[in-house]
Amino acid sequence: METATRRILTSEGLDGLLAALKRRGYRTVGPTVRDQAIVYDDIGSIADLPGGWTDEQDGGHYRLVRRGDAALFGYAVGPHSWKKFLHPPTLRLWRAARDGDAVQVVAEAPPEQPFAFIGVRGCELRAIEIQDRVLLAGQHADTPYRERRRGAFIVAVNCAKAGGTCFCTSMNAGPKAAAGFDLALTELADRPGGVFVVEIGSEAGRLMLADLPQRAATEGEIAAAEGVVERTAAAMGRAMRSDDVRELLLRNLDHPRWDAVAERCLTCGNCTMVCPTCFCTSVEESSDLAGGETGRSRRWDSCFTMDFSYIHGGAVRASARSRYRQWMTHKLATWFDQFGSSGCVGCGRCITWCPVGIDITEEVRAIRDSEQR
Amino acid sequence: MAAEKPRPRLAVWKFASCDGCQLSLLDCEDELLAVADAVDIAYFQEATRGTISGRYDLSLVEGSITTAHDAERIQEVRRRSRKLVTIGACATAGGIQALRNFADVQEYASVVYARPDYIRTLATSTPIADHVPVDFALRGCPINKRQLVEVLAAFLVGRRPVTPPHGVCIECKLKGAVCVMVAHGTPCLGPVTHAGCGALCPSYDRGCYGCYGPKETPNALSLSAWLAALGMDERALQRVYRSFNADAEPFRKESERHGG
Repeated sequence: METATRRILTSEGLDGLLAALKRRGYRTVGPTVRDQAIVYDDIGSIADLPGGWTDEQDGGHYRLVRRGDAALFGYAVGPHSWKKFLHPPTLRLWRAARDGDAVQVVAEAPPEQPFAFIGVRGCELRAIEIQDRVLLAGQHADTPYRERRRGAFIVAVNCAKAGGTCFCTSMNAGPKAAAGFDLALTELADRPGGVFVVEIGSEAGRLMLADLPQRAATEGEIAAAEGVVERTAAAMGRAMRSDDVRELLLRNLDHPRWDAVAERCLTCGNCTMVCPTCFCTSVEESSDLAGGETGRSRRWDSCFTMDFSYIHGGAVRASARSRYRQWMTHKLATWFDQFGSSGCVGCGRCITWCPVGIDITEEVRAIRDSEQR
Repeated sequence: MAAEKPRPRLAVWKFASCDGCQLSLLDCEDELLAVADAVDIAYFQEATRGTISGRYDLSLVEGSITTAHDAERIQEVRRRSRKLVTIGACATAGGIQALRNFADVQEYASVVYARPDYIRTLATSTPIADHVPVDFALRGCPINKRQLVEVLAAFLVGRRPVTPPHGVCIECKLKGAVCVMVAHGTPCLGPVTHAGCGALCPSYDRGCYGCYGPKETPNALSLSAWLAALGMDERALQRVYRSFNADAEPFRKESERHGG
């Protein structure tokens, strides 16, 4: 693999990449503007990308705003993550129908097309890597995830803008796409015509790029791309010291801060729904009126609901305090014990999309500061 | 197979209400024939001229108790019903007419009716569960027809209906809807409201009006602080919780904290 060399694609070349992916049978999904936010959805060409848009983010606050230029990737992550495709929010697992005295069980078919993800950020690559470990490693790999993950083509983008709630540098998860991509782009938005410095991450990426109009990157362009990432890394909206956070939280399970955050927490579950690594699901059974057909489906669930911890007689985590603490200590501490890494990638979604702006970095800092007093 | 078994007898009862929830049953166009096949609709004034007689396997009860006569009638309905399911905000929380619980009903009557002395009504509008034991409560103003079919299907096989008590936010997120409060600054009751509508209003760029009443463990106090920061004044905060589920306890308590 020629990972050391960098190539250049223009906007036209990027459009050609999308067309080539579609031609080869991929379902191309990427960022696009809908309902005043940048979401992930099916895209056909670069015209569907949020050209000229950026976002303003803070705790419980997101606004789409115009940039002064036509950059295609000049924003941070929005409310969606790629788990929407790899680990769908709702999924029928199977259904069964009466056939005389027998029962016919029909399994759900896997998706017909492999995914091509356009514009995956460094933190999101790390999130996919974490979900790979959670859902594929071990004895009981998740079949629907495996079917969707297999053969996915990933076009990463090195962030040119840090969001107001971003802290990927604190979690060593970005802003540069480190691994797990087929191609990685750095947009040089100040160059006319759209210039993307391309790094090749896999043989599939090399082959895909070979068919597109492209050229070698100059040393100046390579340096400019590195400058983009450095400037983004220096502009993080949030920060969280993460090297000792596991120990910090586990020795503070009875800290009064949990009561303070519980007063604000709505137990709405938004933080878990937008988190790119949260993976919990609930299984639901259905039956029709005639009693002839039944089915099983699953949907994203959240450790903030009562049903989530319901066992015989009641919910184990009835208070908001216990639910918030469960989520945060699992994400930042016990995830290490269970999966060998932090469950947080510093994307900031849980901060932005919390309806009352609860900030995980602020909560960690409050507990840390109380120890130093 | 099914034809040999006697079908369960279904009754639909109306108390103080607008009929909208009962009509959800007729609105089940695709499923209506299956419903009619699965149950014997023995009493349903919106659809048939059946009379009250005998016992019913399942009673769907719409509406709240606002008169002494209805307070007696619900006892009779309960006696005749093996299972009693309340449908809609009136039956489960007292409905919009429970606004009288915050005011003087005589004064209301004198303003609304030409001859208020003709009106015989209770001072309060109360949910069915305040009067008789209820086997299951289906929320909503109006109820969601898919949830109604789910309740019927669950009843027919003796399982628990799948109508999760979590908030509307989870419905928004499951369908990929953009949060109207975070992204647009639109006040929304979704974080404290029971799911079931499929996040209807937020999907159309509107904030949630709380039609399904309080979710499990709602934290309206915290939400109100945020709504105030978005620009809602005390009077608006009082009114936002006082609609179809005004007398559901968490909403009633929160509305009483505001308005001065």
